[in-house]
Amino acid sequence: MYEGAVQDLIDELGRLPGVGPKSAQRIAFHLLAADAADVRRLADALLEVKARVRFCEVCGNVAESERCRVCLDPRRSDEVICVVEEPKDVVAIERTREFRGRYHVLGGAINPIENVGPDDLRIKELLGRLADGRVQEVILATDPNVEGEATATYLARLMVPMGVTVSRLASGLPVGGDLEYADEVTLGRAFEGRRVVGR
Amino acid sequence: MYISHLSLLDFRSYAAVDVELEPGPNAFVGRNGQGKTNLVEAIGYVATLGSHRVANDAPLVRAGAERAVVRTRIVRGDRASTVELEITPGRANRARINRGQLGRSRDVLGILRTVLFAPEDLSLVKGDPDGRRKLMDQLVVQLLPRAAGLLADYDRVIRQRSALLKSMRALRGPLSGVDMSTLEVWNAKAAQLGAQVLAMRLQVVQALRPEVAAAYDQVSESDGHAELAYRSSLETALSDAARPDDVAGSILPADPRAVPPSAEELERLLLDAMAAMRAQEVERGVSLVGPHRDDLVLVLGGLPAKGYASHGESWSFALALRLASYRLLGGSSPAGAMQESTALPTGLPTPLSTGSTTPRFWNDDFGTGAEPVLILDDVFAELDLRRRVRLAELVAPAGQVLITAAVPDDVPSGLMATRFDVVTGSVTRAA
Repeated sequence: MYEGAVQDLIDELGRLPGVGPKSAQRIAFHLLAADAADVRRLADALLEVKARVRFCEVCGNVAESERCRVCLDPRRSDEVICVVEEPKDVVAIERTREFRGRYHVLGGAINPIENVGPDDLRIKELLGRLADGRVQEVILATDPNVEGEATATYLARLMVPMGVTVSRLASGLPVGGDLEYADEVTLGRAFEGRRVVGR
Repeated sequence: MYISHLSLLDFRSYAAVDVELEPGPNAFVGRNGQGKTNLVEAIGYVATLGSHRVANDAPLVRAGAERAVVRTRIVRGDRASTVELEITPGRANRARINRGQLGRSRDVLGILRTVLFAPEDLSLVKGDPDGRRKLMDQLVVQLLPRAAGLLADYDRVIRQRSALLKSMRALRGPLSGVDMSTLEVWNAKAAQLGAQVLAMRLQVVQALRPEVAAAYDQVSESDGHAELAYRSSLETALSDAARPDDVAGSILPADPRAVPPSAEELERLLLDAMAAMRAQEVERGVSLVGPHRDDLVLVLGGLPAKGYASHGESWSFALALRLASYRLLGGSSPAGAMQESTALPTGLPTPLSTGSTTPRFWNDDFGTGAEPVLILDDVFAELDLRRRVRLAELVAPAGQVLITAAVPDDVPSGLMATRFDVVTGSVTRAA
């Protein structure tokens, strides 16, 4: 245990995701040795993010005004919505530069163990966006795990009767990798979801 | 395949030990507590990345050491590979294959295949259904590695579904529409995955039945008609009349050659069963239907072995289950053994012959030299002389069989050609 302020800092850092006690201690001493100006910049960034950033009232993505950058962009298509669990998934899909539609961030996945049900997710908002009939397709891009799959199924059951095309991201082999290094589950999924090239 | 070399560092009681092994029978002889089982445990660990004795890794590392290292050289056909496994409790294990980099331990799976029989296996017969479900599921994974993901997903779905049922029970009021539609989603997932698990288990049990009957008759030198049946929570849910607890249902066809129900069929049945059990499930807050509630029933002469079989019979049954698994996984069978089997209807094709008619989710061709290493931990002491001789005949053709025994006279001389004496953490080859 360290004296007062140092230990407080270690404790706070240790509560961050992915930071164990050893790392927390290392970061704390790094900050202690750093320039006062550098530390101030970090502190300002922390306060700023809480003060300035909020969530887009349309899609739930992180935004600096009422709507996020994607929802404000007039060049993007209103006909396709990609549904993801977290804002960081938006960033991942944006990196592909493939997708020109809008997003909808659920804020998680259905997870009874963590006590997260459909009412805790932004599902009503999503259905509201489908009401005017402009949306033609909804792409379900929830995580390919048990909870993400269940959420996708739940949403598909709600939306298919509304007359909108619902699709799910494919799962399969990583590009640029070797087939022999793929694990059996991924390879098995890739077999299941294979495409006909010609007949 | 066979193991030609085993070396241990800080594993259990061993600070450092090197053993050169031979194909065919290898016997480890030593008084109790000298470290015989530790040797076969280490080999089993390389094959399955788990111990057959303990659930966590801490006891595997010698007191005072930080990590244990198991190094094996495995010969398959005319090729040898070395596998080095570093076991560090509380951290991810790491493995080195041949002279490569240290990497994920998972990559080791499949290089060494073993079937291990240990005294703990008596609980397969006498213990809870959990152990028998594990036996079936482990076989499924050994036959189709991809199934490991399926089993893990099913387990996760059941835990989520049970959490939901528990929260529904806590509400106590009439169920809301959202709750009902969420439950339906989990029902769909549980039925879809559960049906696949169930279908694979039934196929494995069908393939195992003639092998178990034959193996039991051989080790017990009787025709005790050892049979396997499958008791499914599905049938309990769908039948109105309460069934006596010891009678298995008909989800598994009575005829060992018949085709078990398909996954599609089972998925429908599972959905029906969940609908029928809804009130009970919500009331108890538990998932009551699915392969996680099923049991493999071991039947001896028409009676369930659990509760009815003697100690010796239970022992023979447990051994028969492992020997049958060994053959299912590509182990060699003694010439003529199958024809002697009396538990099978006459005119049946030899089990595992190419003319098998029942569908199988796995590919029977394991490749040349893929025959698993058979490990018999402390089995001979429990058998009388005649059974020892029978068992020795049975395992003699195996590519490699590792045997441990406390008393050298317990092991028939035919299996003692390569003998190692194990004394307080040292292993020496007897001349």
